[in-house]
Amino acid sequence: MLRYIIKRLVFAIPTLFAVSIIAFIIIQLPPGDYLTTLLADWASQGGAVEAGTVAAMRERYGLDQPMYFQYYKWMWGILTQGDFGISFELGKPVTELIWNRLGFSLLLSLLTLCFVWAVAIPIGILSAVRQYSISDYGATFLAFFFLAVPDFLMALSAMYVMSAWFGQSVGGLFSPDYIDAGWSFGKLIDFAKHVWLPVIVIGLGSLAALVRIMRANLLDELSKPYVTTARAKGMSEFELLIRYPVRLALNPLISTLGWILPAVISGEIIVSVVMSLPTTGPLLLRALLAQDMYLAGSLILLISVLTIIGTLISDILLALTDPRIRFQ
Amino acid sequence: MTDITNLPPDTGPSLDLRNKDIAVAGQWRLFWLKFKKHKIALVSLVVIIFMYLVAAFADFIAPLDPNATNARFTYAPPQMLSLFHDGSFQPNVKQLKMTLNTESMRREFQPDPAKPIPVGFFVKAAQPYDLLGFIPMQTKLFGLTNPQIGDSLYIFGADRLGRDIFSRVVHGAKISLSIGLVGVFMSLILGVTIGGISGFFGGWLDLGIQRGIELLRSIPTIPLWMGLAAAIPVGWPPLRTYFIITLIVSLIGWTSLAREVRGKFLSLRSEDFVIAARLDGMSEIGIIFNHLVPSFMSHIIATLTLAIPSMILAETALSFLGIGLQPPIISWGVLLQEAQNIRAVAQAPWLLFTPAAAIVISVLSLNFLGDGLRDAADPYESVS
Amino acid sequence: MSNNDTILKVENLKTYFPTRIGIFKAVDGVSFELKRGKTLCVVGESGSGKSVTARSILQIVDRPGRIEDGLIELTRADGSVTDLAKLDPRGKDIRSVRGKEIAMIFQEPMSSLSPVHRIGTQIGEALRIHFGIRGQAQRARVLELLKQVEIPRPETAIDRYTFEFSGGMRQRVMIAMALACNPQVLIADEPTTALDVTTQAEILDLIKRLQQSHGMSVLFITHDMGVVAEIADEVIVMYRGKVMERGPVEQIFHAPQDDYTRRLIGSVVKLEKKAEVRLTRPEIPAEAAPLLDVKNLSLTFASGLKAVDDVSLIVRPGETLGIVGESGSGKTTMGRCLLRIYDPQAGAIAYRRPDGSTVDLRTADKGTLKEVRREVRMIFQDPVGSLSPRKTVGQIIAEPLKLAGVSGSELEHRVAELMRQVGLDPAWRERYPHAFSGGQRQRIGIARAIAVKPRLIIADEATSALDVSLRSQMLDLMMSLQDQLGLSYVFISHDMSVIRYMCDRVAVMYSGKIVETGETDQVVNNPQHDYTRALLSAIPHPDPRDRRIHKRFRYDPTLKPSGTVSANG
Repeated sequence: MLRYIIKRLVFAIPTLFAVSIIAFIIIQLPPGDYLTTLLADWASQGGAVEAGTVAAMRERYGLDQPMYFQYYKWMWGILTQGDFGISFELGKPVTELIWNRLGFSLLLSLLTLCFVWAVAIPIGILSAVRQYSISDYGATFLAFFFLAVPDFLMALSAMYVMSAWFGQSVGGLFSPDYIDAGWSFGKLIDFAKHVWLPVIVIGLGSLAALVRIMRANLLDELSKPYVTTARAKGMSEFELLIRYPVRLALNPLISTLGWILPAVISGEIIVSVVMSLPTTGPLLLRALLAQDMYLAGSLILLISVLTIIGTLISDILLALTDPRIRFQ
Repeated sequence: MTDITNLPPDTGPSLDLRNKDIAVAGQWRLFWLKFKKHKIALVSLVVIIFMYLVAAFADFIAPLDPNATNARFTYAPPQMLSLFHDGSFQPNVKQLKMTLNTESMRREFQPDPAKPIPVGFFVKAAQPYDLLGFIPMQTKLFGLTNPQIGDSLYIFGADRLGRDIFSRVVHGAKISLSIGLVGVFMSLILGVTIGGISGFFGGWLDLGIQRGIELLRSIPTIPLWMGLAAAIPVGWPPLRTYFIITLIVSLIGWTSLAREVRGKFLSLRSEDFVIAARLDGMSEIGIIFNHLVPSFMSHIIATLTLAIPSMILAETALSFLGIGLQPPIISWGVLLQEAQNIRAVAQAPWLLFTPAAAIVISVLSLNFLGDGLRDAADPYESVS
Repeated sequence: MSNNDTILKVENLKTYFPTRIGIFKAVDGVSFELKRGKTLCVVGESGSGKSVTARSILQIVDRPGRIEDGLIELTRADGSVTDLAKLDPRGKDIRSVRGKEIAMIFQEPMSSLSPVHRIGTQIGEALRIHFGIRGQAQRARVLELLKQVEIPRPETAIDRYTFEFSGGMRQRVMIAMALACNPQVLIADEPTTALDVTTQAEILDLIKRLQQSHGMSVLFITHDMGVVAEIADEVIVMYRGKVMERGPVEQIFHAPQDDYTRRLIGSVVKLEKKAEVRLTRPEIPAEAAPLLDVKNLSLTFASGLKAVDDVSLIVRPGETLGIVGESGSGKTTMGRCLLRIYDPQAGAIAYRRPDGSTVDLRTADKGTLKEVRREVRMIFQDPVGSLSPRKTVGQIIAEPLKLAGVSGSELEHRVAELMRQVGLDPAWRERYPHAFSGGQRQRIGIARAIAVKPRLIIADEATSALDVSLRSQMLDLMMSLQDQLGLSYVFISHDMSVIRYMCDRVAVMYSGKIVETGETDQVVNNPQHDYTRALLSAIPHPDPRDRRIHKRFRYDPTLKPSGTVSANG
């Protein structure tokens, strides 16, 4: 088991490296660099720029260096000092801006995952056990429907419904009174009151996918001979269902975490933009639109790293639950 | 069901042969017979064909110029099309009467039942256009027969600038639906080539490609797309932006196709009938085109169909965020961008729900269709 | 008839499966009685409904099957009689019978056990369900059961998973599970079909011994008449859901009343000796130059498995060489090496061309290989997988001809002739393989093999997917083609009776090596190598008067050189 975990960890290193390169490429993609944009801005405002200042800034950001050196410099800063660079637009270190938001992103994604799993598994089981019943058809149709509605549309519709029918404005994760307050029981309650809607909105698409997968897995497992064996032992149908086919159908479900997690994080970003939640989403969009590339690149890098860690955890979970993988 | 699925070799062949034609039915005929049983998929196929026809003949179907503004009808509500007036057949919409709500300082519209505006089919348009880009025409499917000042035809309402939502959604279909097709075509080329190489050569090449695919799939798509799309210079011409966006969108789509192709290649390569062909003296190329491609063609079609909706959704999401397609291009995502402001939506919900319905219906139908195709993709599975 | 000797009485049992095409009557009016302490064999070919009959007793027939009618009377330990057919299949009453009074073991021990639960857990479950035995008490009982079924090192085995065991050991686990609650009746649904013949003998032995020590009745489902003859007290013969004949084993084998039974026994007995056509054939001169001369052939897979280990053999023109061995012996891999489907790393495959020159196929270049592959052909085991479902039968048979340059009306003509030759109607050429039965598909495969007038055919388990009644037909067809076309065969099989029927000489393979070669008669009647002796003595003999597998010879390669332990009951 330990060997398996170490193997997976070693495998994750090249992936992390590749992700960092992709993030860096995204930083470099826009034509020109931020400094050029900045100078153009200043020039248009009639401000004169001293040549010395420009040179100093170029050196500071390594902009006059070759590409690979810039990458090296950026990575070195991150790895040794946790320095992700400077947000040009906001004039602050990237680290100052992102941790809080990243925390909320992570929290929101985790809550969504919990919600998705907790709801999808029972519905999937019901749908498979009562195959071709009204509830199965209903679940199937709803699953298809929610798969067809994009996250942001869901968010907009939810906000419309809340405001048009219930007269509530939705947005943010806290009421204005609590935004800057420290954590307290009251703040927690307030958070819970706000967070459920984004969680549902982000989760519905993945939920639908998981219901379909759970149903298909379970239908597969239900027709396997070991189910008959267990039945021939005299086990009750319910115990049988839970102990054997459901238990086995969960294994492939755990491995879906590898793509559910990226999907949830993607959904979280776009929904956060619509519902203006204090997470990475709006910050990333703003950074991209302003071509504030160190901020954007760092966000993309961190989000991807979080996803890779999540996938790693799901791999290890899968090995824990399935001896066949552990013994390979 | 052991005793049914394992129906013995000699008590009967595995397919239901009461129908004599089945014995001489080739793979596509069996495919169709199996697909036909999936009723929802069949209906979806019709819906999809209809939607692509609408997209192709958008100029003919949309009654108004999608970019024509009309300050008088800002946020005009949808007008009901009624077929009868005073008991006789006369398609018409009711004229909108505008009042100013002094309390909320908003303009409000009321249909005036006393003032029908006649609507006709195959009417002459104000401007000539080229149908499908090369057939000069001036006839529209429907429109006002005798437009007067103050008349309007907004069957799905109007937007902030008084543009006709219906015409815009119909024109948006051109871009949104075609992005799915073009994107899928790019994915097809990428996926089949890379997946084929991976499956056919195997070894370290396969390993490398598989790791690469895993990597791509482990990155959350939206931030990746956002990063790439944001790098597109604002000044680029619409057509180039369109292709780049399509390329970005298909950057992810090909991975599932490549996996599918690789998996099929690997499993088919060791099938006895493929080995038999090799022993018969068939060349590797011959085997690929005579045996492998026909075997996974149906699977590829199903996977491709299932990939189109994710492309449509991706374009919509990017355009919605303002980093995909930009006005004056009309796509469903661009239309939804207008609905970003929840206050505007509260005042004019049709801004949100008309393009949303178009997206949901097309994606839903494509998913159902793909599901049906996938079920029918292997018509030789045991039919019990 | 029904006295207190009868523990299970089934009367007019009907189990139907509603399907789209109509009602499939899997079991259609079956009656029998199982006596205390006795073995009743239900025998039939695939699709006879024997397995559904067994499952109906415990009401575990897969959906949508259900019992339409009939009685299943079980005499309980307290003397009361319960009709199992009337019980609710999901209810408490039937559950108290399952696993406690009637236990069951299945064909595929791998898929019939859960891959993610430890075997100790799976065995102990019945104890918990029926007696509430948990914890240490349960573990102790499971260990005792594992000892009873002779699993080595029970203390460690109890915490292992199924995939860590071999097929025979898995079946022992299944048996231990069935024995957990000391049932009165054991239903064994083809428990040895997936096993090799030597392992089969071990399991049959084990069941017999446990039956005696526990006083169980056994309902044994099988398609193998040899197994029936070895173990049955009484037999029922089933065909398409109906009982054709029912009686003591002696009567079934030596005085069958029913036509179907007679045919079934006939086709089994026919395979017990040399084929008649072969008796009239002239002998092949031993000094004739060999068609194929394989020397020291070796193939090691990337995994390190030595699949073919220093194999040498010859095939003389016009002869049939049998390769016999159990699963994992490397016989299929060896056969595929001969055609270079796999690339062996060492040795030589000298093949004599029609012009008298010889080529080494192991090192031959692509062009030569292409030519030789028209002279040396292959027949595959799986009649489904070896024909492309997307081509018509005409196209499949024409493919090798086309690639050999035949075209136009000659091609049409040749295909029609080939179809006639293998006993297929040329009018069926437009049909696809799905329209044919297993036996017919195998004929298509043979037509494809002989299309380009080959000289040598490598037939890999060509009859093992077929029912026994079709097997001899297929072998007879192959032998008549041999006479017509002057073919030689390399005939690979795990089934000694097929080899004896068909082959002039036989080579016995064991873990990649050939342990013995010789004239078939000689090897069968006077085996020299211990493994061959063990293999031969483990084959059940379809004659209840001559039960011998309990006296069989066991081979243990670790005990060299004499390498033998005699089987002791």
